Amino acid sequence: MATLYIDNKPYEFEEGRNLLHTCLGLGFDIPHFCWHPALDSVGACRQCAVKLFKDENDCTGTIVMSCMTAARDNMRISIDDKEAHEFRAEVIGFLMANHPHDCPVCDEGGECHLQDMTVLTGHTYREHRFKKRTHRNQDLGPFVHHEMNRCIACYRCVRFYRDYAGGKDLEVFGWHDSVYFGRHESGVLASEFAGNLVEVCPTGVFTDKTFRKHFTRKWDLCSAPSVCVHCSLGCNTIAGQRSGVLRRILNRFSEDVNGYFLCDRGRFGYEFVNGSRRVRTPLAKKGRNQKLEPLDRSAAIKRVAELFSSGRPVIGIGSGRASLESNFALRQLVGPQRFFVAESETQHSITTEIVHALRRTPASRASLRDVAKAGAVLVLGEDVTNTAPLLALAVRQACRTAALTNAHGLGIDPWNDAAIRETGHNVRSSLVVATPTLTKLDDVATTVYHAPPDDISRLGFAIAHALDGSAPAPRGLSPEIEAMARGIARDLAQAARPAVVSGAGSGSASVVEAAAGVAAALYKVNHDACLCMSLSECNSFGCTLLGGRDLTAALDAAERDNAEAVVVLEADLYRNCDPAIAGALLTLPRNVVVIDHTLTATAAMADLVLPAATFAEASGTFVNNEGRFQRFFSAIAPQAGFAPGYRWIAEILSVVGPEAPRWETLDDIVNDMESRVADCAGIRAAAPSASFREGSQKIARQSFRASGRTALLANTSVAESPNPADPDSALAFSPEGIQAPREQPLVARYWAPGINSVQAVSKYHGDPPAALVKGEAGADAAENHGAKAPAAFASHASEWLVMPLHHIFGSEELSMLSPSVASLARSALIVLNPEDAAKLSIRENDAVEVSNYALSCACVAAIASWVTKGSAALSVGRPETQGLDLPEWLWIRKAGAP
Amino acid sequence: MTTTVVLIRDTDSGGADRTRDVHDLFTQKVRDAGLQNEVQVVRAADLGIYNKGMVAKILPQGIVYAGIADADVDDIVTTTLAQKMPVSRLVYCGANEQVRIVMRNCGIVNPECIEDYIARKGYQGIKRALYDLTPEKAIEELKTSGLRGRGGAGYPTWLKWSLARNAFGDRKFVICNGDEGDPGAYMDRSVLEGDPHSVIEGMMIAAYCIGATKGFLYIRAEYPLAIKRVQKALDDAYGTGLLGKDILGTSFCLDLEVRLGAGAFVCGEETALIASVEGKRGTPRPRPPYPSDVGLFGKPTVINNVETFANVSYILLNGAKTFASIGTDKSKGTKVFALTGKIRNSGLVEIPMGTPLRVIIEDIGGGVASGKKILAVQTGGPSGGVIPEQHFDTPVSYEHLLELGSFMGSGGMIVMDEDDCLVDIAKFYLGFCVDESCGKCAPCRIGGFQMLKVLEKITDGKGMPEDLDTLKRIAQAMRKASLCALGQGAPNPIISTMKYFAEEYRQHIVDRKCRAGKCTRLMRFEILDTSCKRCKLCVVNCPVHCIAGDREKGYRIDQEKCIKCGRCFEVCKFEAVARS
Repeated sequence: MATLYIDNKPYEFEEGRNLLHTCLGLGFDIPHFCWHPALDSVGACRQCAVKLFKDENDCTGTIVMSCMTAARDNMRISIDDKEAHEFRAEVIGFLMANHPHDCPVCDEGGECHLQDMTVLTGHTYREHRFKKRTHRNQDLGPFVHHEMNRCIACYRCVRFYRDYAGGKDLEVFGWHDSVYFGRHESGVLASEFAGNLVEVCPTGVFTDKTFRKHFTRKWDLCSAPSVCVHCSLGCNTIAGQRSGVLRRILNRFSEDVNGYFLCDRGRFGYEFVNGSRRVRTPLAKKGRNQKLEPLDRSAAIKRVAELFSSGRPVIGIGSGRASLESNFALRQLVGPQRFFVAESETQHSITTEIVHALRRTPASRASLRDVAKAGAVLVLGEDVTNTAPLLALAVRQACRTAALTNAHGLGIDPWNDAAIRETGHNVRSSLVVATPTLTKLDDVATTVYHAPPDDISRLGFAIAHALDGSAPAPRGLSPEIEAMARGIARDLAQAARPAVVSGAGSGSASVVEAAAGVAAALYKVNHDACLCMSLSECNSFGCTLLGGRDLTAALDAAERDNAEAVVVLEADLYRNCDPAIAGALLTLPRNVVVIDHTLTATAAMADLVLPAATFAEASGTFVNNEGRFQRFFSAIAPQAGFAPGYRWIAEILSVVGPEAPRWETLDDIVNDMESRVADCAGIRAAAPSASFREGSQKIARQSFRASGRTALLANTSVAESPNPADPDSALAFSPEGIQAPREQPLVARYWAPGINSVQAVSKYHGDPPAALVKGEAGADAAENHGAKAPAAFASHASEWLVMPLHHIFGSEELSMLSPSVASLARSALIVLNPEDAAKLSIRENDAVEVSNYALSCACVAAIASWVTKGSAALSVGRPETQGLDLPEWLWIRKAGAP
Repeated sequence: MTTTVVLIRDTDSGGADRTRDVHDLFTQKVRDAGLQNEVQVVRAADLGIYNKGMVAKILPQGIVYAGIADADVDDIVTTTLAQKMPVSRLVYCGANEQVRIVMRNCGIVNPECIEDYIARKGYQGIKRALYDLTPEKAIEELKTSGLRGRGGAGYPTWLKWSLARNAFGDRKFVICNGDEGDPGAYMDRSVLEGDPHSVIEGMMIAAYCIGATKGFLYIRAEYPLAIKRVQKALDDAYGTGLLGKDILGTSFCLDLEVRLGAGAFVCGEETALIASVEGKRGTPRPRPPYPSDVGLFGKPTVINNVETFANVSYILLNGAKTFASIGTDKSKGTKVFALTGKIRNSGLVEIPMGTPLRVIIEDIGGGVASGKKILAVQTGGPSGGVIPEQHFDTPVSYEHLLELGSFMGSGGMIVMDEDDCLVDIAKFYLGFCVDESCGKCAPCRIGGFQMLKVLEKITDGKGMPEDLDTLKRIAQAMRKASLCALGQGAPNPIISTMKYFAEEYRQHIVDRKCRAGKCTRLMRFEILDTSCKRCKLCVVNCPVHCIAGDREKGYRIDQEKCIKCGRCFEVCKFEAVARS
């Protein structure tokens, strides 16, 4: 620990950061704009001036920019110094000269960094008596609203968009007093991370367009810590609602997982919670072909409970999009033998393979932070930008590690972003992108290889073999690929903290095996190696811990045991398997019960639908792709109609059996689960329990500035209604309580005295707890576990190997229920090799029919040379392509052709 | 052996170029006088003198004759060349204290002919460096010479080079900064147009010293002739093996390339220039790292001004001691200034460091053209300061100018007389900086704009005494807070004029008057009935139709409506419009 003297008082701090960051961390307020904890320093806004003294005898001192000065031991600075104070007041005066002062009508108002900084510097009077410069705004697409007049030109937006996230279409235009931040013309921002501009921008230039549609003042929001449900990474979020409508999603800082950023799918996909297809009351059919009609809650429970008295078995189908608690409750209801997972046979084998690989690998399991710090990255088979977008952002940061090391060698501080980017021009860490489809990371990759999944897998095996001679080698490898593999192996072996990234996206278990093999072999030569794999759904990892089998097995069991009923938990079976299997599963048993929040195709087939709460209305736990238990809390208070899945099941259980567990609160289930499922050990550590108090208080979900508490419901009763109770968490549906909790899992909003914007995050230190799923025993023996390299890809005469093509907007189920995300989704696309396209006389944008023996789907053609001849790539997750289990050999023909 | 050189050029911009004819005439007369072995007559590319008719410059005396008619040639040959006596009636500029180091070849050699340069001991400097000196020794030589960067800041050249030499990098670069953007400055242009090879040679020496293999000449696109000549010079140098691989039979390799500036003043700032060469937005970045550590494409880079490189080739050729003998203690060598404004002999002057300002202005420049009282001189370009007449005895050096609140800059020197309004001048320079601000840091982007607005208010006659405090306050903030020299220097003209010419500001604000009559908004225009010939020219030309009347009663300006544009004053042929 070093000592820093601030205004003559000593403070302990850790060296390695700049003065600004250090002082903010110590609780001081120094106004700043261009500095951002993730974007670091460029020294452009000149706002964060402090006075630096040589020693205790120096009374004059010099003004320095605190963001551009390293904090060192025994340094003496003054924040309150008169000259420094005047300097800062002058600069904010400059910045505010052209600002429209439109806070009352600004979306950012009340949560605005510029507001906070203006108040902080004491700037109250605009001395500049002349006209303000004005700009035209642009339409930047469905996510981000643009209001250029508010801009104070801190350059954060372009630094994030271009430098950090690798975007190309946002730039600073113009010159001198009239600089313009936007696109060259109106249009949708192309980056998947554009939504972060909303948080990065210190004022209201970039605001959340979806939030505008149901705007409410930020201080009136009732927020809760949450976890994103739109991919398996489990980014930490803050969900904000008012009067039962989920209004927005913000990032919740988590050092290990998502850091300061979210992807646009995670940020804007939330609107399904308010969607028109939500089920809000129990629905039931009088007979198989009747319509679903509302049903009383107790009658619904009774009806489900009756199914268990028939004596015939009930089958339970859990899913990766339901919480661990709900899945566990279902498993307890139907029994472990009759608990299945809503995944096809292939999908299930891949998910299980990944979970096993992650738990058994001798290399360490990588968090996103580990990936971002990796000295070399091998991406094997996964288009991470589209399946796990924030992983792509982490990989992009990993490309800079060499530049950081290089800068370190030059004596440049790690936070000096401008200098590091300057020195890191040609210095790029090794990034290998070996995927079946083109990816957005190709532009920063040092090696790019696109081939069908089996060939990708073979490359992986070749790399593993090059690293460790005892690993199986693929046969008949071309000399070029062999040389490439050796080069990659060399880079990985020599790098500091190399990471292997893969996932379920390629639809190939052999790719996953290869990636696991590379990680194991790499570990032998480089003990810092780590492995990161993405899964298909937000709780796929957790669901696998409960040990269910796949849908084909479920159908077998239903047939064999003559099942009385099937209970489907938060899953649309039609999305996850062959429609024939789904159809059979939903017709064969006498009763179909679906517990879901949305009326999916599966729910429409049900005899009884129990409305489940979404992530915003329920508390629960997800296990992310790293095996990290993460608790999300309800932002919306429990409502009469619907309830979390586990609550429904708990009620059914209490009717079904007298020996049923007493699950009064979420903690009861969590404790029960921890004691019954060995693999779930650690779930309790995900977040403090409901009995947790800071001081003697709960954590407030609302800001103490929340207005209209007594007036909101005055139309029904003038008596002040009590706050809704929350027995499941240490959070209260109230403005009373702790506003700025120290525990990261309980952070419902970023706030510090005087800092009302999200920038208050730099004053928080709470790291998330390390609640990880434990590794599996016998890890050392597990390497390669008999995996063999597949044969090389060979084209078929009349069939094409159709590989999955993922779209960030369009392939994921829930986000597609959000109008903003859906507006960016294109119709299903098939990408063909030019030669194949010519052979089939298909041209760009032609309508194409892709079919197998049972299914046929219509899509639009695209032609690209990265597709290997004899293969093609087809959009997945689109309604047109449901039921296909890609990669699959399929027939392709031009629509209308014989 | 040639002892005297006569440079001739027709400096009139329009009409037929008489240079060739007069050259023939001169040559004939010289031959007639039997002086052909002693006198060389050269058609010069540029003499730094414009619109003075046929001009002849006699070297080494430095006498300049202007407005020469064909008949005068005989006189010049018989009097000056044969008898070494000046022809006083033609003298434009007498013999003076100029010393030509940077401009040693300008106007003498044919800039498009590499042989000319070589004939004047060109490329001997690099030869000496390659064969007789190690890079360390060459840098040592520069250290002895005391050469400091001529771009304005005066950073010791040897230090910059040795930092770049010791910096680690698999590649290194050398850049010549030819982005000369100061209003009224054209020193670099003249060197690039008149003697491109000396700059190339300087760059070669720099490249050899630091170990660079690639260099760029960044020249503003507004200098098409300079670009053409530099390109020709590069082609010739490649053609003769002076550039490319294995130069002069050694293992030294260097490639040079021209890059064009796109008109941004700030790209003269070294980090912005580097960004511009890299194809990025030309904005400065905070230093460190300095370009000598991390420059172009992240590699150690030496970036020097055109004039610095021209000095370097001289130093290596003639030895450091020769160079160091010229100048003051801390500022060695010469400096080229572009002397412009209300001066009689405007043009480029090259003087030893330490020459007093008065010598430059009065002896070399010949004083104020109009014969009016000289008021001040502005040095250092838009971010320099204004030096009043009482300080004219100050020697010109980096330190002395800084003490006066101005600085050397790249070498613009603009002379102002009583007809100039200092507030207006300050406004002009500030306006330039505001226009050219890159928009990155707030103090420069907004502070400059605010000051400009306040100045406009003052020159519009709406100033208030407290505006001066506002100006001072913003100026201080800009100086302290700006990211690069452009913003830090932008308030200099205001600060120095407010310091030395406070009375002018007072007049504008309190009396609502502009002494020089430059601030038209402070003027009052009236039609003098007695002189008015009723031609109605003013009525027709008034853009706001505020002149009314008839032939009987005469015309009158409606002062309420008048926008003080001064159009009536300009068009009146009978001096019947009075301005007060």
